[in-house]
Amino acid sequence: MTAWIAIGVTAVGCYAVKLLGLSLPAARLEHPLVRRLAALVPLALLAALTAVQTFGAEWPVAATRAAGLAAAAVALLLRAPFLVVIGAAVATTAGLRLLTG
Amino acid sequence: MGLSGFAFGVTAAGEGMTVAQACALSLLVFTGASQFALVGALGAGGGVLTAAAGALFLGVRNAFYGLRLSQVLEPPRWVRPFAAQLTIDETAAVALAQPDRRAARIGFTVTGVSLYVLWNLGTLLGALGADALGDPQAYGLDAAGPAVFLALLWPRLREGGTERATALGAVVVAVAGLSLLPAGVPVLVAALAAPLALLVERRRAR
Repeated sequence: MTAWIAIGVTAVGCYAVKLLGLSLPAARLEHPLVRRLAALVPLALLAALTAVQTFGAEWPVAATRAAGLAAAAVALLLRAPFLVVIGAAVATTAGLRLLTG
Repeated sequence: MGLSGFAFGVTAAGEGMTVAQACALSLLVFTGASQFALVGALGAGGGVLTAAAGALFLGVRNAFYGLRLSQVLEPPRWVRPFAAQLTIDETAAVALAQPDRRAARIGFTVTGVSLYVLWNLGTLLGALGADALGDPQAYGLDAAGPAVFLALLWPRLREGGTERATALGAVVVAVAGLSLLPAGVPVLVAALAAPLALLVERRRAR
């Protein structure tokens, strides 16, 4: 049930934000400082989410996830397509778990 | 994007969402990063409000796309509620790259509708597939979420020092907060890295 409430709140909120952008007069949010901040906040959230979802677990689980993340970073450095990046992370994590049982 | 919808379906199932919940998110929320953030926060035991707040903050960028798009597309009033749901990274990128209004409208609509269909089909297949597999951790599927976030933020890291400082600061705050704060809260606190990095940038510019 909690999950459904969270889904409802997120759905309404995310839609409202989208509609607000399309409906507001442009001058309102065009201040350079506001735009700069609006670009940086998602970046901070994404970085924090990456860290939390990697390390927010018990030691062996977190360590194998971190290895998967490192594999994803290598794939990104090699300019691999999105799905190859995700695949590299999943395969590395699964492989290490198989090996260390 | 159909395939990343697949990744979302798999991740959502891995974080304990039912197939119906994963599909409801893709149908109703339809903005990838927010969806991944929500299922991740709920899966980690975060509260409803902290989980939804993280997803909402990530969705705020769509409002800025909307501002630019309303000038370029000039959608009639009755179209706005539909156009709003399709206002995401990809449709904004396509529409804003077009030379004139007609091309922008076509680009926005075609990209939006096809991505909506693909994203939702992908989610359904991913969630059904992950459900059939069983324990997601055995297949390393819990590594997909962090890898998606890294892939999303990667191009931004090349933009400049303030971007890299923001990301680094957010990681430090989030990791430090992991053992100190309730689930979901460290991510929200880490958002403060953005105004802080901006403050430092302004000081230096002077």
